[in-house]
Amino acid sequence: MLLPKMSLPKSLLWKIARHLAAIAALVLLGGLLSATLVRLAPGFDADERELDPGLNAESVRALRESRAGEHNILRFYAGYLRGAIHGDLGTSHALGQPVQDLLRERWPVTARVAGFGLLLAWLLATTLAFTACLWRFPAYEIFGITVSGAFLCIPAAVLALLSVVLNAPGYLAIALIVFPKIYRYSRNLLAKAYALPHILAARARGLGEVRILAWHVLPVAGPQMIALAGITVSIALGASIPVEALCGLPGIGQLAWQAALSRDLPLLVNLTVVVTLVTLLANSGADVMIYMLRPHEL
Amino acid sequence: MNAARKLAWGLMLAVCAISLAANWLAPAGYAKQFREAPSAPPSRQHLLGTDEIGRDRFARILYGTRISLLLAPAAALVSTALAALVGGLAGYLGGIWLRLARGFTDLFLSLPWLFLLITVRALLPLNVSPLVSVLITFLILGLLGWAASARVLSTSADALRNSDFVLQARASGVHGPRLFLVHVLPNLKPVLYAQFWISIPVFILSEANLGILGLGVAEPLPSWGSLLRELEGMISFREEPWRLVPLLLLIVVLTSFQTLLSNEEATA
Repeated sequence: MLLPKMSLPKSLLWKIARHLAAIAALVLLGGLLSATLVRLAPGFDADERELDPGLNAESVRALRESRAGEHNILRFYAGYLRGAIHGDLGTSHALGQPVQDLLRERWPVTARVAGFGLLLAWLLATTLAFTACLWRFPAYEIFGITVSGAFLCIPAAVLALLSVVLNAPGYLAIALIVFPKIYRYSRNLLAKAYALPHILAARARGLGEVRILAWHVLPVAGPQMIALAGITVSIALGASIPVEALCGLPGIGQLAWQAALSRDLPLLVNLTVVVTLVTLLANSGADVMIYMLRPHEL
Repeated sequence: MNAARKLAWGLMLAVCAISLAANWLAPAGYAKQFREAPSAPPSRQHLLGTDEIGRDRFARILYGTRISLLLAPAAALVSTALAALVGGLAGYLGGIWLRLARGFTDLFLSLPWLFLLITVRALLPLNVSPLVSVLITFLILGLLGWAASARVLSTSADALRNSDFVLQARASGVHGPRLFLVHVLPNLKPVLYAQFWISIPVFILSEANLGILGLGVAEPLPSWGSLLRELEGMISFREEPWRLVPLLLLIVVLTSFQTLLSNEEATA
């Protein structure tokens, strides 16, 4: 028997290639934008280390010369890209360490805190949303809406502070920051899916709830929930800045905070590139998954 | 109008009225130090006690609420105007302009909001006068918060570009800025209003985050961010529960906003 011609992998590969090209362009632009912002910031030329009374005129001159290459932003960025190709991401001015070492040290902390936080938030939100749609008790629905609404109104930094006061782990703060966004969106999606005529008909015919969920609801709501999963990675990364800064967790978020405060150009450019890359990869990963599930819709 | 929306309107109006009456309700002002009573518990003289340097907490909450509630809409106005300019124009012009604008908004949206905000705020001077710090904080919110709205507006303007009435206007000889200002922009009004209202609570929360991290409004001027910073020194909620009042007020105001916004979000 002859098999039909497989067109899916080719179109999927083309889509992945387009995504990767767009990601590369956006990441490069993001790095350049960040470098330009730092260069144009008032007081960029001032280096606090020059105030050290122990330094003589020659040391101060050497310090200034070490930063001379950063004055022309295009030259700095071209040099940065050349170094990055060879695996050299530069040296942090404020921490005096190679940037790749800092990223290697800090990334596991953020991956753990943000990862656990995301996992907990998704578990909590989807459990609440699914049960609310299944049971349809008004009091339970009101409870879910009130709790998620309250957390939506609390600044991320306050949740981080409260986790310090209550001696709770940092990932719990991230989970509570991300949870309301997932809950509200997935509840609306599921409610819309459960109201579809074919699902009402399936219920009327006496199909089990698990079967309805797996065969009829998830295929409708699934792709949008996958897209939401991509977006929540960005939310969790953003939330990790106040959480790590206030909870004293030595991750990427705390590093970004320190880099911003000390105007550490090499560190800020690298962090912008890393954060943009992770966010875009998460969103593109979600897009590719949706495409694999429903190739005809994209 | 349902009961929840009525209650939300009532609460919002009450909070606005009380904060506007701060001069009469707390004549001592937000900066006056009662040096004989630092970290005092609530009393008849100080309804919510005093902070670590003896300033009346009730007065600071009233003035801080006024600043946050006045300037967040101002920042929302700036961001909506920018979004209308970038998104509306790109959608109206279409083609390469639309693709360029979408690429630029994608770049902004690919960075987590808090990361972008903190980085840009930290790059600007921190040792400035309190008034300048207020302006810098809210201006940054307005100048950076346009991307999501621009994305929505570009889609709406793109749809309008090929609508029948725009084609009719073109056929009647209306072109260029006049077509955009007279025919396209007025039809984007509902989306613009929705984006404006949606931005306000986002900016209130963002200012609070910046304030807690020490990048918001400078002392002695109060804002919700600087008031919430007081939570940093808390050991337990039972000891000084009155310190949580700014947080409760923020939750009340933002919940009221959420309730009132349910229609606006549907429009957006």
